[in-house]
Amino acid sequence: MSDVFLLDGEQVPFTVGQTVMAAARAAGRYIPHLCWHPEFQPHGSCRLCTVKADGHFAAACTLAARPGMTVDNRTAELDDQRRTLLQMLFVEGNHFCPSCEKSGACKLQATAYELKMMTPHFDHFFPDRAVDASHPDLLLDFNRCILCELCVRASRDADGKNVFAITGRGIKSHLIVNSPSGRLADTAMSLADRAASVCPVGVILAKGRGFVIPIGERRYDRQQIGAAEEQ
Amino acid sequence: MKPKIATTSLAGCFGCHMSLLDIDLRLLELLQRVEFDRSPINDIKTVGPCAIGLIEGGVCNAENVEVLREFRRHCKIIVAFGACAVNGGLPAQRNHLDLRDILEEVYQTSPGLAPGCSIPNDPELPLPLNKVHPIHEIVRVDYFLPGCPPSAEAIWKFLNDLIIGRTPVLGHGLLRYD
Repeated sequence: MSDVFLLDGEQVPFTVGQTVMAAARAAGRYIPHLCWHPEFQPHGSCRLCTVKADGHFAAACTLAARPGMTVDNRTAELDDQRRTLLQMLFVEGNHFCPSCEKSGACKLQATAYELKMMTPHFDHFFPDRAVDASHPDLLLDFNRCILCELCVRASRDADGKNVFAITGRGIKSHLIVNSPSGRLADTAMSLADRAASVCPVGVILAKGRGFVIPIGERRYDRQQIGAAEEQ
Repeated sequence: MKPKIATTSLAGCFGCHMSLLDIDLRLLELLQRVEFDRSPINDIKTVGPCAIGLIEGGVCNAENVEVLREFRRHCKIIVAFGACAVNGGLPAQRNHLDLRDILEEVYQTSPGLAPGCSIPNDPELPLPLNKVHPIHEIVRVDYFLPGCPPSAEAIWKFLNDLIIGRTPVLGHGLLRYD
């Protein structure tokens, strides 16, 4: 028999060593997140999955579940904070949804819909970031990077290629390509790599298939992300 | 007396206004309940006291600033109407470039220009701003209706909520940024 904790008042079973996020996911419960992915080690960086566990704030993706723990998730207070985090992500990069191939299948956008973000609120940075179209099969648009490091983890842990890394500190942190030229074409990256399809936003895009599924019929067009992930 | 609505397009493409027209026959229903003040729909050029002002487009030049402030002075509720008003949208995609470089490239150095072309400098032309701004960076904004453009259904829901004094809520499929 497994132990249980309470997520927004409902019992969620877990096994010893499982995180609150993993247990919630296994039970079909949605905790908003961006940098967490079931296939990879938790990263704990986006802070979107911050919950209140027994009265203390903690990232659900790194917090080990404990028997009888009381976890608040979708409260007005936590969702307000999540919306503010999203707003900061939107103004830090250039997230221009009308021209983005990922629109409708983007987790940043879908999470912002879920949390009813009506405005980015803060002043936009409008950073100047070049795209890398050097690779024959893949396009890199750094304007949309949210520093989740899923591509870094996928390329290192699943593909064994170490194609991506984050460099710089604080507000200057940014995604780079690990090749002498800094260009994706000069790496071993291929379209079949896990890193090629793991990006939750529109940074790593397969060329030539951007609109195979039309806008309006994509995953989060059909279903809000919370409902989509609760299955 | 019916509440008045004013609308304008600043640095926008009038796409949001076209989407407003897409409410089709419901426009007649809307006209039963509100009266249009300044708007491209009736071509009234000055804005008077209004309940609601819908602002399409961001702020890219001095005239946009003047019109936006005029609307803020006269409207109880200002709505950022569409992506460009909400976050600068397409016009703001020039923001990482230097304004002079853009003007020189467009009017002086790009291929195919007639000899002697220069950057337009007519006193009637409003001066461009260095950056394109979402309207909330210039005036206080009460509500935001994102979308490029917001769909007719989203506009209809939003306006209905506003007119009866309810905080507008857009459900799945109506709240979109693209």
